[in-house]
Amino acid sequence: MSPTATRVNDFTIKIATVNGTGSASANTLLMKSIFRSGIPVVGKNYFPSNIQGLPTWYEIRVTRAGYVARSGTVDLMVAMNAETYSRDVREVAPGGYLVYDSTWPRPALLKRDDITVLGVPLARLCNESFNGVRTRILMKNICYAGVLAALLDLDLERIRELLAETYAKKPQLVESNMKAIQLGYDYARAHFSCPLPLKVEKMDRTAGHVMIDGNTAAALGCLFAGATVAAWYPITPSTSLMDAFKMFADRTRVDQDTGARNFAFIQAEDELAAVGMAIGAMWNGARAFTATSGPGISLMNEFLGLAYYAEVPTVIFDIQRVGPSTGMPTRTQQGDLMLAAYASHGDTRHVCLYPANPEECFYMAVQAFDLAERLQTPVLVLSDLDIGMNDWMCRDLEWDDSYRPDRGKVLGKEEVLKLKKFYRFLDVDEDGIPYRTLPGVDPKAAYFTRGSGHTQYGAYTEDSADYQVVLDRLLRKWATAKRLVPRAVIDATSDSKIGLVSLGSCDGAIREARDVLAQRGVAVDYMRVRSFPFSEDVERFLAAHELLFVVEQNRDAQLRSLLTLETAVDKAKLRSLLHYSGLPISSAFIVEGVLAELQHERTAARPRDAAHG
Amino acid sequence: MTFIAKPKVAHPSLPRNPLGLTRRDYEGALSTLCAGCGHDSITAAIVEATWGLSLEPQNVVKLSGIGCSSKTTAYFVSGGHGFNSVHGRMPSIAMGANAANRNLTYIGVSGDGDTLSIGLGQFCHAIRRNLDMLYIIENNGVYGLTKGQFSASADVGTKAKKGETNVQPPIDPVLLAMTLGASFVARSFSGDKQQLVPLIQAGLSHRGFALIDVLSPCVTFNDHEGSTKSYAYTREHYEPAVQTDFVPLEREISVEYKEGEAVPVVMHDGSRIVLRKLDSAYDPTNRASAAAHIQERMKAGEYLTGLLFLDETAQHEFHQVNSTPVAPLNSIPYEALSPGSQGLKKILARYR
Repeated sequence: MSPTATRVNDFTIKIATVNGTGSASANTLLMKSIFRSGIPVVGKNYFPSNIQGLPTWYEIRVTRAGYVARSGTVDLMVAMNAETYSRDVREVAPGGYLVYDSTWPRPALLKRDDITVLGVPLARLCNESFNGVRTRILMKNICYAGVLAALLDLDLERIRELLAETYAKKPQLVESNMKAIQLGYDYARAHFSCPLPLKVEKMDRTAGHVMIDGNTAAALGCLFAGATVAAWYPITPSTSLMDAFKMFADRTRVDQDTGARNFAFIQAEDELAAVGMAIGAMWNGARAFTATSGPGISLMNEFLGLAYYAEVPTVIFDIQRVGPSTGMPTRTQQGDLMLAAYASHGDTRHVCLYPANPEECFYMAVQAFDLAERLQTPVLVLSDLDIGMNDWMCRDLEWDDSYRPDRGKVLGKEEVLKLKKFYRFLDVDEDGIPYRTLPGVDPKAAYFTRGSGHTQYGAYTEDSADYQVVLDRLLRKWATAKRLVPRAVIDATSDSKIGLVSLGSCDGAIREARDVLAQRGVAVDYMRVRSFPFSEDVERFLAAHELLFVVEQNRDAQLRSLLTLETAVDKAKLRSLLHYSGLPISSAFIVEGVLAELQHERTAARPRDAAHG
Repeated sequence: MTFIAKPKVAHPSLPRNPLGLTRRDYEGALSTLCAGCGHDSITAAIVEATWGLSLEPQNVVKLSGIGCSSKTTAYFVSGGHGFNSVHGRMPSIAMGANAANRNLTYIGVSGDGDTLSIGLGQFCHAIRRNLDMLYIIENNGVYGLTKGQFSASADVGTKAKKGETNVQPPIDPVLLAMTLGASFVARSFSGDKQQLVPLIQAGLSHRGFALIDVLSPCVTFNDHEGSTKSYAYTREHYEPAVQTDFVPLEREISVEYKEGEAVPVVMHDGSRIVLRKLDSAYDPTNRASAAAHIQERMKAGEYLTGLLFLDETAQHEFHQVNSTPVAPLNSIPYEALSPGSQGLKKILARYR
């Protein structure tokens, strides 16, 4: 970027701070004020697994084109953390800007000729205007928001409006925060040429949209799906899903007159118990769920096998984080694809849904309950930290009031009494899905749920043939699942022989990458799988393309593995683009990967062509 | 074998409870346990107790983990749903099921391995949550299905069938439960039906977690000389400390008791029990002194039995604490659960 070129509504700010110092409020304030000016914006939080004192970054991408991925470059860095100065300075793109706290001189750390360095004595300004150590630290971070407001030409009134909403119950905080904003704003206006060539200009692209994170959206989905039992064990990055569910339930599910709460929220002793509770509750006719991350799924394996074999519906949200083992708990990855698909010993396979953004988290949460009860099996919703904990701009979530839960094949008392005898595991409808009953209905409806070998009549068995009858029916049920799960999203309009295949949170980066590739003359089709088992259209897309890039965020190409295991795709057609740094994938990574591979193919193809010639 | 159902033919002269059901209606499939197994006597006591209480069979939910004991849920109340879960995790299934429908009667049957080793964590937390269920441990000090290893309840010095001596101290579920704040703690012996049946009935009438640790000798792997969980040893060393008479709701109290020695307690559902102290030094309503007394007698090699601790005033049952409605959560109509499109609009206003 040339320093003089104007970049309106298309740049990335990164703010480097120390966690636990109130920078989150300042960052949200900045992002929301841009959003409210009608400009699409992306917020990405890179935070440590720590309470206070470690480096943390927040990236705000202003994108008039409405892209949702991280850009991969930084145009303006706010370096507030001395510990990370040197790397933060390095990360600024040539021609970019660096804002730092000039209260203390740091000439040696800031040596770069190709960027503009803007020093603001933030600590001094705040020390002169505020009392108390904690207040001064917090206000220093609000103060840089004021500096950015001046540099980027943000609307101060909008900022005041946001502060007033945030501190509706503590109006004195609005004034003190506004004072800090004004300090930074005035200093910047007095000392720099404001606004910078990087600036925001009002647009009208955010109407009908919200800024929401995937965990909040998934919690809303559970609320609207009618879930009444929520059991969990705290684990990053899934905890905020449960917190959000409790918050919404506290607001909407408490009887005003009696104080009765139409939900049970149970903090379990571990993930084994959490999933056991969800299974027990759904077995007994309540919609129940748990949320966890990779380590929790590892622990839940045994119970998942039971729920699969004993055919008990369950809904589990896996907000994936970086593995293996404890890994990096506050970084993102798609590392549980294989684990979730075949969790537990023996022949097991589970329905998985792969939301790409918070909007899909909402709708897929509802769908997960319907599928679990229709198919009488666990359904895992595989979100990730990037979707779950970052604010995404999404279309307004919509609700159809005619929705009623699909409770699946559950026989009531009258239906049971009409039967000669009730058998739990018979394939009456030849779709692999048997009928179930709930406890408390009638002695005739009673059956025994067990993870040990059982006949289609529900009795214990060690007889080979009887065992196989049930196991084979479960495969027929899997075939039915294939027809019921959400279809892949396919964009094959480019008519190209090259296809991108991906899932989940890679979506934003891929859509942006396709635009960039198209500009460079490379047209590629795109298929985003949204469920396991793969729907029929997946097979067709794979067959229709000669070269397929499988883009995913893990080291071991887990989606590629699933595709080769579960479809007839020719392995030789598949190329993996694997991103597993723990940061969300960027479009640049995909563009570079695709172009490099195409170049490689061309070079490799030439001698062969020559030999043929 | 479990898949052989017992023929449901009731002789007309069989006694019927007020629901018109005979004891046969509270039985289950044929037991596949060894002949003489203590567990089968406990099953018989459960049949007797549930019949006596006139529980609607469909309102009984039977839960278990893995092991010999856990098989027995198939052998009683065939009209109730059963859930044979994974090893040591029955309490979490019970918690979820109970959260979904508080109006059913939950009977969990577990063993000393299932409860005190692999399932110790879930056992403790079920007590901590005061989950409303009857939890029976069929305690024989030994792993039966895997052929005779010591369990965590095996006493120091007890001998395995092949001669090995146990050196690790046992975990006692009764003392553990009392420490964790359980409000109903009992111990009994599978060979003492007189004591066991009213205990089960009292446990079923208790609101909250009711534990009955039942010494239940394993005839195949732990009934030899040198074992402290054999029939002979148990008979010799178990000492009833408190006699419990159960008085169902419908019946007037006719049990006579001597003032000062017997305590009548009104249970949550209105039925009563009469605790008759057989050991005048023992107070089943004082947690600290009761626990100390049990421990003291244990040192002397004796197992106190009966309803060893009861606090019917405990207010921390799961649903009480969580203020869930009187109607089961699984019965609330969907319309009352969803905020609807207008509600969603209001919620989304905060995300702009």
